Amino acid sequence: MARTEKKKDVVLVGFGWTGAIMGIELANEGLEVLALERGHDQATVPDFQYPNMIDELKYGIRYGMMEKPANTTVTIRRSLDEEALPYRSLGTFLLGTGVGGAGTHWNGLNWRPMQSEYRLKSYVTEKFGAGVMTEDMTIQDYPMTYEELEPHFDRFEKVAGISGTAGNINGKIVEGGNPFEAPRSDEYPMPAMPSTWDGVKFRDAAKAAGYHPFPSPGGIASKDYKNEYNMQMGPCNHCGFCERYGCYNYSKSSPQTAIIDALKRKKNFEYRVNSEVLRVEKSTDGKTVTGVTYFDHKTGEEVFQPADLVILTAFALNNVHLMLVSGIGQPYDPNTNEGVVGRNYAYQITGGYTLFFKDENFNPFIGTGANGFCIDDFGIDNIDFAKEGFVGGAYWRAGQTNGQPGHTMPLPAGTPSWGAGWKKGIGEWYGHAMNIGAHGSVMSYRGHYLDLDPTYKDRHGRPMLRMTYNWHPNEIRQTQFMKQKMEPVAKSMNPTTLQEGFKKEGAMFDVRPYQTTHNTGGTVTGDDPKTSVLNRYLQSWDCHNLFVMGANTFPQNTQYNPTGMVGGLAYWAAHHIRKDYLPNPRALV
Amino acid sequence: MKKLIRVLGVLVVLGIIALLAFIFVPVQRTGPVTQLAADFKPAKGQGEYVMRAGDCMACHTNEGGKPFAGGRAIQSPMGTIWTTNITPDKETGIGNWSLDDFRAALYDGVAPNGTHLYPAMPYENYRKLTEEDVVALYDYFMHEVQPVSNKVEETKLSFPFNMRFGLRAWNWLAASYQAGFKPEEGQDEQFNRGKYLVEGAAHCAACHSPRTLFMSQDGIDSSSKAFLTGGEIDGYTAPDLRGPESGPQKWTTEQTAAYLATARNAHSSATGEMMLVVRDSLQYLTHEDNMAIATYLKKIGTAPADASAAAAKPEVTETEKLLTDAKADMPLGPRLYLDNCAACHIVNGKGAGETFPELDGNSLVTAKSPKGLISVILHGAELPSTADRPMKLRMQGYDQRLSDEEVAALATFLRQGWHNKAPSVSAAQVKAVREAATH
Repeated sequence: MARTEKKKDVVLVGFGWTGAIMGIELANEGLEVLALERGHDQATVPDFQYPNMIDELKYGIRYGMMEKPANTTVTIRRSLDEEALPYRSLGTFLLGTGVGGAGTHWNGLNWRPMQSEYRLKSYVTEKFGAGVMTEDMTIQDYPMTYEELEPHFDRFEKVAGISGTAGNINGKIVEGGNPFEAPRSDEYPMPAMPSTWDGVKFRDAAKAAGYHPFPSPGGIASKDYKNEYNMQMGPCNHCGFCERYGCYNYSKSSPQTAIIDALKRKKNFEYRVNSEVLRVEKSTDGKTVTGVTYFDHKTGEEVFQPADLVILTAFALNNVHLMLVSGIGQPYDPNTNEGVVGRNYAYQITGGYTLFFKDENFNPFIGTGANGFCIDDFGIDNIDFAKEGFVGGAYWRAGQTNGQPGHTMPLPAGTPSWGAGWKKGIGEWYGHAMNIGAHGSVMSYRGHYLDLDPTYKDRHGRPMLRMTYNWHPNEIRQTQFMKQKMEPVAKSMNPTTLQEGFKKEGAMFDVRPYQTTHNTGGTVTGDDPKTSVLNRYLQSWDCHNLFVMGANTFPQNTQYNPTGMVGGLAYWAAHHIRKDYLPNPRALV
Repeated sequence: MKKLIRVLGVLVVLGIIALLAFIFVPVQRTGPVTQLAADFKPAKGQGEYVMRAGDCMACHTNEGGKPFAGGRAIQSPMGTIWTTNITPDKETGIGNWSLDDFRAALYDGVAPNGTHLYPAMPYENYRKLTEEDVVALYDYFMHEVQPVSNKVEETKLSFPFNMRFGLRAWNWLAASYQAGFKPEEGQDEQFNRGKYLVEGAAHCAACHSPRTLFMSQDGIDSSSKAFLTGGEIDGYTAPDLRGPESGPQKWTTEQTAAYLATARNAHSSATGEMMLVVRDSLQYLTHEDNMAIATYLKKIGTAPADASAAAAKPEVTETEKLLTDAKADMPLGPRLYLDNCAACHIVNGKGAGETFPELDGNSLVTAKSPKGLISVILHGAELPSTADRPMKLRMQGYDQRLSDEEVAALATFLRQGWHNKAPSVSAAQVKAVREAATH
């Protein structure tokens, strides 16, 4: 060990959304808090500044904001009998790095799961019978209720600065919002963003079909805004550079706009960049953790950072990796269905229709990451699983996020992919296409999990994280159901041509095209240490002074983008650490 | 004839005697304006508070240096003035100063050895401090500030400004009024608290009042018409605070107080020297004191004539129409505005809340000297992190993106767009600001 740093009360591993939330909540308790961030420091100006940031080649195509796979990656295989290979070239998901983490380059879509999702296994069993679940399905209930989480969702939405239209306030259905959402205690902190024409067209078609459209809720400011930490946002100008980019306009929710400058004022808070945590250190009896060992990229040495409380606040996959390489909790074995760390990994299934209109011009240069209108008529609460033969649901959304020609150029099938024919196709169709997407849940299964790769090691000599995942027939049935329901809506809009993009039976997980970065599970929260890594306060069952945040705590993936849930859970955990744990550090369950 | 020579001779001798007396007879130092009880002790924190209000730290701390150890260069029209070490170090600071010495520096601008201080030290204004605050400040510097041994560069101005004794005459003009603070009769406590802070410790007039021919502040209190009607600092305009178009008159007192405490409000944000004043001084004042300042400023100014009418009826200006139509042949200035500025400051020039300042009617935009505006366009601006608004909102600079001609066209557009009516900006003016920054 080259160096040991002065002990801190709390060390946070990763300085993105959950690191910033934990940082400010625990610094407000007067604790000495240190956040370790593997990446670089970054702020709106100069790092995201105009016009440097809106460089599609640098950030949209060459992933300038993402962690380079040469530095950190995972290996991927689709079944137990495949050999996993390193994910060397970014495609299906994009892992961020640096201060703010994925919270800087997200699209901003912000949701709370539907009411049945918090007790999914019980809901499915009670309503449709256990028989609707496939034999290998390992879904489970959250160990806390929606009612318990509600104040924390509300808080996160107000901190992050979410624009939207409430549909259910304390049980009262509000016209214009999502009538199927779980009851909220308050409005969104900002009114919904205006939609572009594609979203409006979809809204009208959905309404005509008897569905219930509402504006997409998102962390994109529709007006000037100030949150509880007195941090500020300015109204969005719809430039269409959200996902893969940092926002130059102080308009997208991020740790930078919501928390960091307020946190930096606190003398008892410190953060160190280029500090990559390699493992969490356990005490000799293994019942507590003593701190973390990190690699200081500035000095090129390993550093031991002692702390009374360790909180993993990195990206989902990294949190799981750290638990595995630190030997905390029993690794999951799919053959025996025993062990917990790495269990219940899930991804997200998406599909949709692209509609081409000869006579419509959608001005695709106008957009936001959370643009347009949604419907939740095919959400988990609203589907008869016994009748349809699957467990799950999806929300639909239409609303262009960008018109960047390098990676957002839908062309009708059959258009040549290069040369004069391609150019002609672009001339004809650029700006004339819109999309309706279904964003679907993914259940957890015995064969979908994360563990340590037996072959490949990272640059620090640690085994890489290995992902075993493939599309499951249950999700294929779900997405095909969405296709069947979406087709008449799309057709009712009278496009010149239309094409579908839904996964079909036999589809294999393809890591090359971008799909989503919604990786969930691996250190799930639950009531039973045999099927969960964390108790209901996101506290490790094994070491009581270790807490773990992130989407890795989800028992299965919801039908929504995960950030709202991640933020809500972080405030929930922060609340219980402050009120219950700090006065008397112990296993809370 | 002989008689005349004799008279002249006597006059010359008398003149020489007077001159020698002027130079060598020690200046009468002003004593305490109030006799405090022998056991007077300033309240805890009072001295530091007066220091914050007086912003001693800003000048007496060098960039990256220890607090109050001096050595900062103040560029004056007469040359560079190096600020002194005011830590209680006995060798290089003020450790040997008595309370009377300290008071004389604040009131009379005289060091213990009788040397006149250059009026970059705003003793014209500090002369208004109460004895309680003088004692508190002295106590703070002697007991709460860490002594730092730091011998600073001696100020050496060129002739005739190196003849410090000449300041004696200057002081007859500028700082001969009765020391201490006299509340204005018929005004309430809040007004008078504001008056005390503005005219005294906060020394607002040092920048915001014009200067006389002799470079003294043209008005050190509201009895003077010119007081706080706008001045100049280092070629930048310090805006008028009393006219109907000025911030404190257009804004509510709450908005003015917010500006002082956080460098931003629903209309504008502080840049340049004023940003530093908020960062180092005003953000540390209580809300009540910033409200008192805002209230006082409002009362000594002229209210805008049509405040309520304008607020009630938002009109669409020609400029907004031009920007909204965005015709291909639009002139360079507005085109550059659309391409670089409109995302935040909006086509109506109104910005957004406390996040993006409005440019329509913004005193920086329409300032007599366009240096401030040019500087912000070229180099951007950052708001300080304050307790009430922790965010370091930062506008980026455009020096890499826009040429001198383009900045001139853009600045001219801003100065003449919406309701703004200020003279054009030339490329040469932009070039000068750009070059000043690289030196």
